[in-house]
Amino acid sequence: MTGLQRGGAAIVGAAESDLGLVGDGFNVIDLMAQGISRAVEDAGLKLRDIDGLLCATTQSRTSGLNLSEYLGISPRFVDTTILGGSSFMFHVSHALAALQLGLCEVAVIAYGSTQRSVGRQQASVREINPYETPYRPFLPSTAYALAASRHMHEFGTTREQLAEVAVAARQWALLNPAAWEKKPLTIPEVLGARMVSYPFTVRDICLVTDGGGAIVLTTPERAKSLKKPPVYVLGCGAAITHANISSMPDLTVTGALESGRQAYAMAGLKPADIDVVELYDAFTINPILCLEDLGFCAKGEGGSFVEGGRIAPGGELPVNTNGGGLSYCHPGMYGLFLLIEAVRQLRGECGARQVAGAQTAIAHGNGGVLSSQSTVILGNSATL
Amino acid sequence: MTETQSPLAIYQAHLDKGELAYQWSPEAGRAVFYPRLVCPYSGSTALEWRVASGLGTVHATTVTHPFQRGEPYNVALVDCDEGFRLMSRVEDIDSMAVTIGMRVRFRVHKPDGEEPAYPVFIPAEGAP
Repeated sequence: MTGLQRGGAAIVGAAESDLGLVGDGFNVIDLMAQGISRAVEDAGLKLRDIDGLLCATTQSRTSGLNLSEYLGISPRFVDTTILGGSSFMFHVSHALAALQLGLCEVAVIAYGSTQRSVGRQQASVREINPYETPYRPFLPSTAYALAASRHMHEFGTTREQLAEVAVAARQWALLNPAAWEKKPLTIPEVLGARMVSYPFTVRDICLVTDGGGAIVLTTPERAKSLKKPPVYVLGCGAAITHANISSMPDLTVTGALESGRQAYAMAGLKPADIDVVELYDAFTINPILCLEDLGFCAKGEGGSFVEGGRIAPGGELPVNTNGGGLSYCHPGMYGLFLLIEAVRQLRGECGARQVAGAQTAIAHGNGGVLSSQSTVILGNSATL
Repeated sequence: MTETQSPLAIYQAHLDKGELAYQWSPEAGRAVFYPRLVCPYSGSTALEWRVASGLGTVHATTVTHPFQRGEPYNVALVDCDEGFRLMSRVEDIDSMAVTIGMRVRFRVHKPDGEEPAYPVFIPAEGAP
């Protein structure tokens, strides 16, 4: 048993900061604070209600301090765990634990990045690894390309199947007014785009944008009296398998297998029970790996699973309904945006891209080079 | 006991002699790479240094294209016959012709200037 209680916390506020390309002079604390301000407003709470702060960014070494000062808050619970793009799913389980134990009553999880404005090199400084750096891997692309090469070799996955993931994401993005990309995309356009690291062209790779946001969590009791319908945390799971791609135990099996198993067990749900699927799509191989590891199809069948628009609007399984990191936004560590979209879907706020009658959602984060995986299963009040 | 030489320094000294070194964990009964002070499989700190035969098999491969200028280049993961994996590249062959399962042989690459030597691989046709 994990000790975490199914439905022991609810997400009651969710908001993005400004996205895309923010103006000169904005920094990550500005964006995190803006996201928190909007998320707290969305919840019907005030900044002074926050007594738990969880945040991660690559651009502020002590973001917990900077953000507290900026907002004029003095949280009694703080967690700045940083494990890459999945950090925020880790934060959800940590917030759940803190709320359950009474370490705080209103917790916010925040993220911000100005990587498009300041450039990737400055936003995320590369660490030297004497065993990898000499080969000039263009990270993270080269690492994910190595994993993709293995999937193609073992299971016959094709570049066209990878491209299907990008095309489906674009179709969802066209239904999302907040999405960065505004034009349709075809499989030949993905295949014919500039090659970055074979088999990936630039269209197999997530966007580089600015952005941030926040979600607000509280106890189920307090959630009931707030502005929006609560979205309950039904299940959490996490797994770390490696840091560098050369140490990944099996290039075709991610820690999502383990994190998913934990989350499903806690939620008492199985893949067939999930209405909306939000998967970290830093590269087109990621959703394929995670659809397999999270049990939506068998290992090796992810490529054929995504064919024919199955994960696109109108398809059998709604995946990455905001347009994903591939077409909506990707400010470096994208995991928080999966949670925001899952919350909005479960509240029925998604307009043209709304999945009708959605009651359960999975938000799965990936960090590093397939290194950290963390799964959160959410549900509306009907699922309690 | 205080360690006098870092794992990296020992590894590098072997490379300077033309050898690809790795560690062996008697307690785990398996090879360890990259070199370190603690065995990740057993927790033991009793790691032995060994020199690899230099033969291996390509486990994964990609060709990375520089954003601005320069030729595309190979980046590969190589499984050495002794049971450890490392990142490297395969040279003396078109980078797109490097295939998974290809047998390869180690050689030392000595960059110009200050950069330390590092292992690369070349096709090892006929190697068992």
